[in-house]
Amino acid sequence: MPATTSPSRDYRGIIHQLSRDIMTGWMTQLKEATHDGTPAGYLMISGNCVEILRCFDILPVFPEINALQLAIRKNSLPYIIKSEEIGYASDNCAYVKADVGYTLCGGVGVDGNTPKPALIICNFVGCNVYIKWFEHCSAMMNVPLVMLDIPFLREDHPSDADVQYVLCQLRELIAHCERLTGRKFDIDRLREILHHSARAEDGWSRAKDLCKNRPAPFDAYFDSINMMGPINALRGTKEAADFFDRTVAEYEGMVADGLGVLDEERFRIVVEGPPPYPHYRNFRNLFETWKAVAVQSTYSTVGGIWEFGFRHDPNRPLESIAEQMILHNLCNRSLLERYKQIQSYVRDWQADALVIHGIKSCRLFSAGQGDMREYFAREMGVPTLMVESDLEDPRYYAEAQIKNRIDAFFEALQYKRLRGERAEAARAEQVEAR
Amino acid sequence: MSVETIMQDCRDLLELLPAQALSKAQQRYPHVGGLAVFPVYAPLEIIHAAGLMPVGLFGAGDKVELSHADARFQSFICSIAKSTLELFLRGEMKAFAGVVFSSICDVARNLASLVRRNAPELYVEYLHLPQNMYSAASQDYTRAEFERFRTNLARHLGRSIPDAAVARSLELYNQVRARTRELYELRRARPGVISAADTYAVVQAGTRMMPEEFAELLEDLLFNLRQRTGRARDGVQVVLEGAFCEQPPLALVETIEAAGCIIQDDDLVVGWRLFSDDVPVHDDPLGALAQAYLRDSVYTSVRHDRDRPRTEGLTRRVERAGAGAVLFTPAKFCEPALLDYVLFRQRLDETGCPHLKIEFEEKMWTFEATRTEVETFAESMLFD
Repeated sequence: MPATTSPSRDYRGIIHQLSRDIMTGWMTQLKEATHDGTPAGYLMISGNCVEILRCFDILPVFPEINALQLAIRKNSLPYIIKSEEIGYASDNCAYVKADVGYTLCGGVGVDGNTPKPALIICNFVGCNVYIKWFEHCSAMMNVPLVMLDIPFLREDHPSDADVQYVLCQLRELIAHCERLTGRKFDIDRLREILHHSARAEDGWSRAKDLCKNRPAPFDAYFDSINMMGPINALRGTKEAADFFDRTVAEYEGMVADGLGVLDEERFRIVVEGPPPYPHYRNFRNLFETWKAVAVQSTYSTVGGIWEFGFRHDPNRPLESIAEQMILHNLCNRSLLERYKQIQSYVRDWQADALVIHGIKSCRLFSAGQGDMREYFAREMGVPTLMVESDLEDPRYYAEAQIKNRIDAFFEALQYKRLRGERAEAARAEQVEAR
Repeated sequence: MSVETIMQDCRDLLELLPAQALSKAQQRYPHVGGLAVFPVYAPLEIIHAAGLMPVGLFGAGDKVELSHADARFQSFICSIAKSTLELFLRGEMKAFAGVVFSSICDVARNLASLVRRNAPELYVEYLHLPQNMYSAASQDYTRAEFERFRTNLARHLGRSIPDAAVARSLELYNQVRARTRELYELRRARPGVISAADTYAVVQAGTRMMPEEFAELLEDLLFNLRQRTGRARDGVQVVLEGAFCEQPPLALVETIEAAGCIIQDDDLVVGWRLFSDDVPVHDDPLGALAQAYLRDSVYTSVRHDRDRPRTEGLTRRVERAGAGAVLFTPAKFCEPALLDYVLFRQRLDETGCPHLKIEFEEKMWTFEATRTEVETFAESMLFD
């Protein structure tokens, strides 16, 4: 397809600012909770059950978001080094190292920005490093760890035993929260919270769907971060649901006006893998130069895959929480399921190419991406580029090398397109001549 | 058989690729098939009861050059994942009825996917072993997971795997595990009669034999060792920790011993000797196995146990072994081992137990630097 042009516009302004506002509100709460005694609970992002914590007014804390914030503000390296000083290996996940280093330096607790948790909930949803990370947090801060072991999706559907196991653990978590807060579990409150969740998920899904338009109204890789905070950390609040209403309205307006992310959308890409947060802007620029826009991304679905229809259900509160944790998030699904997800993205969002960003820190994402490249490039005929760096450790980002690969890839893609267009024109001429 | 002959046979067996080991076993058991077992743990009894030989799939060591798998896995991925995939990509695993992986780490999980895609003719099973040992539903879940494995395997083979057969296999594996424990106890008590390297060779070779044969071999070996009179060399008594999945080259263990360490205990091939006691044999063998997994497993880096943390497990292991130091031997890029090292190290520092970390790769072939490092460590302890 030829490039789509639209007037230039500061597309990031409104949604970015809205996201920033509500996330800052949550972070202010975290800061206040370091002193005011509000109970806080650690959770991991993927397939989380934040709604249950919210039901008891336990403030959710996500160490992954802490690590992300450190990286994007270019503050991660000193904390990574701090962790390496106490024995973490250079080959360990740098998200863990940055967060642990931050904790060791006093970032968590009365003198920091993050409250010391009253409990640590290890929602083990696919990523085995989660378990270690939270074991370390539990040992270092002497806080009890509650394990929520979520069986990996290893067949088409979870077994009844899988579901019962998760439901039982969710009930045990609820009992734990009751003991911690001295409050009785209120199922009606949970239903109300889940209603907000479902509304936010609906908005997320509609926004993602709008990227099927040409031009796409936002970059589903780089700009999805604006929506990932609200959907993963603030899910279950009215503010998050309202945020998505505003987001959808904004993007629908852009689609109606024919506005895209850039003044020109030359290439539509699907991106696999987390971004290099310490070099976020630079990395983005490498694609913008080529007017390449991500119309879908797998990373944005680590917390939950909502675009294929799943919603939390207030009428089946615990059951739908269990289903989301087992089934509807990227981390608890196999690599081959991810291949299918990408295939659907390429087909239904009409992408020209797949870009794989492999990161050293996260083996869940990256182990085997060479096979993914092989599968898409050779067997599916999708032009595929693979570049590598890290999502947290700035030392693994080699811009010149990455730029060379990206430039060469899009140059080849452009040439291929030109050749196709010329051949098409020649064919049309021949037909006309006849 | 003499101890020397047994040792030679075991070492010869370790020189073979998994399919060659299976083929060797089939000379004595012509009707038996094979199922490859990727570390750390799988319910071997179900596989054996299905008429298959469980064969340990610990990569390909230095027996195969990587020519395909390097393009699928990045440079920061452990060797065992790459060489295991290489075996499948080269068609070296075709003799097997299938392979079973489990939820030990992120790399193993993705490896299972890659094998499934690249060896579509093979039966590939993936077990999610529990990480919550104390939920009211843990026992039912674990039993159901073993049942799922049995059902899928039976469907694949086209024959049932009755409880009675699993119970018989359980009895047999109880024997194997008990004799293996006895071998370790004998070595601990009289390190002069068998080296750690030889013990390791025997235990790993056991993953390439029918359990019937291995039980006999262990009985024979134990009988012979009890007659032996060997005096241990002087050295520093140590525990090896961290090689629960990818296995180090035998020469690395020999090097550590030659450098002045007496290895009193280790976690090598731990998944095949996971239970610290016999599993009760009754009319619900899968239930018994589930119970054993939850309550009677020794600690490993791939199993979270709220009430029995690994750090305490290591401390107890060091005390029971009467060891004065710990040698950490994680495989290069092994995330569970490298992450556990941090808390282990803290605990050992608190208790004043010296420790040293030596990373290895299965293709490691030069050990001089390791020898110097371990020698220096051992000497520093002797003169302390």
